[in-house]
Amino acid sequence: MEVVTTIDITLLTLLALTAIALMHIRNLLAVILLSGIYSLLTAALFVTLDAVDVAFTEAAVGAGLTTVLLLGAIAITGRDQTVTRHSRILPLLVITITASALIYGTLDMPLFGDPFAPIHTHVAPHYLNKSFEEIGIPNVVTSILASYRGYDTLGEVTVVFTAAVGVLLLLGKSKK
Amino acid sequence: MDRKITLILREVCYIIIPAVILYALYVQFHGEYGPGGGFQAGVIFAAAIILYSLVFGRDKAQKILPSHIVRIFVSLGVLIYAGVGVTTMLLGGNYLDYNALLHDPQHAQHLGIFLIELGVGITVAAVMIIIFYALDEFTEE
Repeated sequence: MEVVTTIDITLLTLLALTAIALMHIRNLLAVILLSGIYSLLTAALFVTLDAVDVAFTEAAVGAGLTTVLLLGAIAITGRDQTVTRHSRILPLLVITITASALIYGTLDMPLFGDPFAPIHTHVAPHYLNKSFEEIGIPNVVTSILASYRGYDTLGEVTVVFTAAVGVLLLLGKSKK
Repeated sequence: MDRKITLILREVCYIIIPAVILYALYVQFHGEYGPGGGFQAGVIFAAAIILYSLVFGRDKAQKILPSHIVRIFVSLGVLIYAGVGVTTMLLGGNYLDYNALLHDPQHAQHLGIFLIELGVGITVAAVMIIIFYALDEFTEE
């Protein structure tokens, strides 16, 4: 089995091109549409990794709704990015250090698709082998998300709830 | 906007919006068998309402789903989710231990997952709609 396919290379190239375009464009409308495209490409990559549930979320939230909400936000803030005149050396330094640290971190990681990676040997075998017996539903992702990891999902829902409270505190009108 | 464009938009929306809502319900209740679940369903449902609001105007959307009702749904979903946890505790299990809900463990898991996914879907949909409403109302001023 090939590890890297033509589809992967194409998608990753398009992803990199979109990211470069995002850096150069100052029109925020174009930036938002490009981030939507970026999300959609990421969703396609998740599909090639057989992570359809994640791809589904990425396409619906990242490419769909976030785009609409950000468009609503620039209706308030204005369409063009103001040109900043700061020195570029400090940001470059920060990015170089952060990127080096991140790349250094990846050196310790198991190889892509390594079946003996810790993530595949800890609780994953239990979930894959026992979930149909214990939970009785075919989609293991749902079993993990809603039952084995119920606390985490409750936390996620609370985060979404908090986001709404935050937005309402900032923008919402009090009851007339 | 050009009247003819509005007409086309409206007619297309009459076809699309019911289908989108139906799809959201499918994703919500079929998440145990295929990809999807409460998060995705909530977002898709919210997309239908946002599309309606964009094409037909905020007043019409607010007539169907007024802000103050959406606000209740924002917390209702979290309450359903956390409520399932409290119920399982009252029935003698651990927090969110669905097996305490019914005698048969698999049925209990089904019921628990159904309920918490419902909670997730309600909160996510309501949050997305309320954020859109808030931005929309803020722009109006």
